[in-house]
Amino acid sequence: MDAEQLARIQFAITVGFHFFFPSISIGIGAIVLALETFRLRNRHGKAETYDRAAVFWTRFFALTFAVGVATGITMEFQFGTNWAQYSSFVGDIFGAPLAAEGILAFFLESTFLGLLLFGRGRISSRARWFAALMVTVGTLLSAVWILIANSWMQTPAGYEIVDGRARLTDFFAAALNPSTLPRYFHTVSAALTAGAFVVLGVSAWWVLRRRHISVARVTLPLALVIAFLGSGLMFVTGDFSGKQVAATQPAKFAGMQGLYTTTAGAPLIIWSLPKPQDPASDPQGPEIILGRMLSFLAFGNWTAPVQGLEAFPQQDWPPVMLTFLTYHNMVAIGSAMLLVMLFGLWYLSRGSVWRRRTWLRFAVLATPLPIIAIQLGWAAAEIGRQPWIVYGVMRTSSGVSRVVPPEQIAISLGLLVSLYVLLGGLWLYLARKELGHGPAPAPDGTDDELPDEAAAPRPTPRPAGA
Amino acid sequence: MAENGFLQAAWFLLVGVLLVGYAVLDGFDLGVGMQHLTTARTDEERRILMNSIGPIWDGNEVWLITAGGALFAAFPKVYATVFSGFYLALMLVLAGLILRAVSLEFRSKERGRAWRTTWDVAFFVGSVLPAVLFGVAIGNVMRGVPLDSQGDYAGTFGGLLSPFALAVGLLSAAMFLMQGGAWLLLKTEGALRARARRTALVGQVATLVLWVFVTIWSRAEAPALWDRFGFIPVWLAPVVVVLALVAFPVLVRRGRAAAAFATSSAAIAAMVGTLGIGLWPNLLPARDQGAPLTASLTASSDLTLTVMLIISLLGLPFVLTYTFWVYRTFWGPVRLDEHSY
Repeated sequence: MDAEQLARIQFAITVGFHFFFPSISIGIGAIVLALETFRLRNRHGKAETYDRAAVFWTRFFALTFAVGVATGITMEFQFGTNWAQYSSFVGDIFGAPLAAEGILAFFLESTFLGLLLFGRGRISSRARWFAALMVTVGTLLSAVWILIANSWMQTPAGYEIVDGRARLTDFFAAALNPSTLPRYFHTVSAALTAGAFVVLGVSAWWVLRRRHISVARVTLPLALVIAFLGSGLMFVTGDFSGKQVAATQPAKFAGMQGLYTTTAGAPLIIWSLPKPQDPASDPQGPEIILGRMLSFLAFGNWTAPVQGLEAFPQQDWPPVMLTFLTYHNMVAIGSAMLLVMLFGLWYLSRGSVWRRRTWLRFAVLATPLPIIAIQLGWAAAEIGRQPWIVYGVMRTSSGVSRVVPPEQIAISLGLLVSLYVLLGGLWLYLARKELGHGPAPAPDGTDDELPDEAAAPRPTPRPAGA
Repeated sequence: MAENGFLQAAWFLLVGVLLVGYAVLDGFDLGVGMQHLTTARTDEERRILMNSIGPIWDGNEVWLITAGGALFAAFPKVYATVFSGFYLALMLVLAGLILRAVSLEFRSKERGRAWRTTWDVAFFVGSVLPAVLFGVAIGNVMRGVPLDSQGDYAGTFGGLLSPFALAVGLLSAAMFLMQGGAWLLLKTEGALRARARRTALVGQVATLVLWVFVTIWSRAEAPALWDRFGFIPVWLAPVVVVLALVAFPVLVRRGRAAAAFATSSAAIAAMVGTLGIGLWPNLLPARDQGAPLTASLTASSDLTLTVMLIISLLGLPFVLTYTFWVYRTFWGPVRLDEHSY
C-alpha cells in the first residue's frame, strides 16, 4: 500500500474511534446539566435523587470524556504529521478554528470537568451547577469550531488562492460557509440523541432488572423526552443538510442517492440494493421507492431535475457504493430510532412505560443505534466528499505528507490500532462495570419499587441488591 | 504572503506563551508521573500523587493542544514541516499522552494489584516519553534540520537522535522532574513530602548542570542562536534562569513551597524565553541544506492573524481567570475521598 492509502486508513480509524466518545459525551453532558438543574431547584422535592443521578452520570461522562481527550490529541497532531501538504495549503483558514477550539472550548470543558468531578465539599451547590453548565457549553462550542473547520473542507468559502495556498479573505464567509449551520445542528442533535439513548437504555435495563429504580424513575422520562426530540430534530436538520448537499455538492448528492442519470422528478430510494451504473445489470432486489420524492426533498419541486453522476467527469466521482450504503443505512437506523421513541413517548404519556417490558427491551437494544448512525453519517459525509480533501479545490492525493515514508505510517498505524483496541476494550469493560454497579442506593430503600407500586402496600421485601 | 511584521512577532510570542503555559503547567503533571514509581511507594501514596493533578491535568494538557492549533493557524508551513518531519517521535509522544490520560482515569477503578501496578507503570511511561521527546524535538529545532527546496524535512528518523538533541531531551526531563517535585511539596505531607523534596532537589541539580552544559554546547551546535545575544538587555532571560535555579534549593530547604514552585516555573519560562530570543525570526532553522523557515515566510495572512489575535485576547483572560479559580479551589495537600481517583 502507498502512503496515501495508509494515511487515509489511519485517519479513518483514528477519527472514527475518537468521534465515538464525544458523540455520546455531548448528550450525556446535557443530561447531567438537566439533572443538576433539577437538583438545584429541588424539582418534585427530589433533590437527593437528582443528586445521586447526576453524580453517577458525571462519573460515566468522565470515563468517556477521558478516552475522547486521549484520542482527540491524535487528531490535532495528525493534520501535520500525515497531511502536511494539506496543512500548509489550508492553514490560513483551517488552523484558526482548531486554535479557537482550544482557547474557547477545550479549556472550558476540561477545567470545569475537574471542578465538577473533584469539587464536592469544596464548592457550593450553585457552583457545581455552574460547572456542569460550563462543561456542556464547552462541548457544544467545541462542536462549533470543529464543524466550521470540517464544513470548510466540504463547501469552501471566503478565500482566494495565492501562490498555491488558500488565503482567508472573509472570516465570516469562511466560518459560516454554506454547510456549517446545517451540519452543526444535524451533528449536535445526533449527539444529544446518542447520549440520551445511552441514558435511556441503561435506565430501561435497570427497570427491567428492578434495580436503581429510584434513579431510573427520574432519568428514564428525561432521557426519553430528549431522545424523542433529538431523533425528530435529526430528521428536520438532516433535511436542511440534504438540501445543502444537493445545492452545493451535487456529485456527492448523486453518490448518496446512487443516481447515475440526470433525472427530472427523481425518485427517492428508501430501500434498495446499490444501483449499478449500467441499468441492465441491476440486481433486481427488493426496493421501496417514492416517485419524484427526491426532487421534492432536494429542491421543493416535484419535477426539478436532479443531476446524476453522468454530469461529472468520472475522476470526480466519490466511491458510489460506499457513499450510497453509508447514507441509506444512516437514514434507516434513524427511522428505527424515531419509531422506538414514538412508542416510548406514547407509553410514557399513558404512564405505562414501566410495565412495557417488550418496549423496555427494545430501548435497551436500541442503545447503540444513534452511535452507529452517527458513524455511518460521518462516513457518508466524508466518503462522499472524495476524491477531494477540499471539495472541488484540492484532491486528497495532493494533501498527504510528502516526506513520511509508508513504513513509518504502517508503524504508527499498528501502534495506534493496538492502543485503541486496548482502550476500546477497557472502556467497554469499565463502562459495563460502572453501569452494573449503578448509582448510590436510595436512602429510603425504594430502589425496587416501580412508580405505580408505590401507593400499593409493599410486597415481601426483596434482599438488597437483588 | 503576509506583510505585517508586528502581527507575526505577536504570534511568535503567543505561540511561545502557550508553550510556556504548557511547560509550566503540564510540566508538573509529567514530573509527577516521572516520579510516580519512586517517590510514591504505597498504594495510598500513589493515589495521592495521581489526585494531586487529578482535577487539573486535563486542562493543563489543553495548553499543548492550543499551542499546536495556534502554530497551525499562525505558521502553517512550520506546523506541517515539524509534524511530518518528526513523525515517529510525535507518534511516540501521542502514545505516551494517551497512556498517561487513561492510566489516571483507569487505575483506581479496580482493586487488583496487577491492574494497579500495570497502570502505575503506564502512568510512568506515559509521562517520561513525552517529557524526554519534547526536549529532543526542541534540540532539533535549536540545531536546525535539513530542509528540501519546498521547505519539508529532508533528513531521516535517525538524524533526529543526535547527541545534542538527546541532551536537550534529558534537560527537559530534569526540568519537569524539578517542577513535579515542587508541585508535590504543595500537595503532600510527611514522608511522601520528604521524598518529593529530595526528587525536586535532584531535578534542580540535573537541570542546572544540563542547562549549562547544553548552553555551552550550543555555541558549537547552534551558533546562530547566539547572534541575538550581542544585545545586552536580552541577557535578562538567561540571568533569570540562573538566579531561579540557584534560589530554588534555598527556598525548598526553608520550606517555602509556594515560592519554590513559582521559582521553578520562572526558570522554565525563562529557559523557553531564552530559546525564543535566540530563534527569532526563525521558527525552524535549516542545517546542512535548505533555507530556514522564518516567521515572515511562513506566517498566515494578516486577516487570519488579526482574527485569531482578537479571539485569543478575548478568550485567554477568561481561561486564566477560571484556571486560577480551580487552582485556588484545590489548593493545599490532597485529601482522598470517595470521588478521588
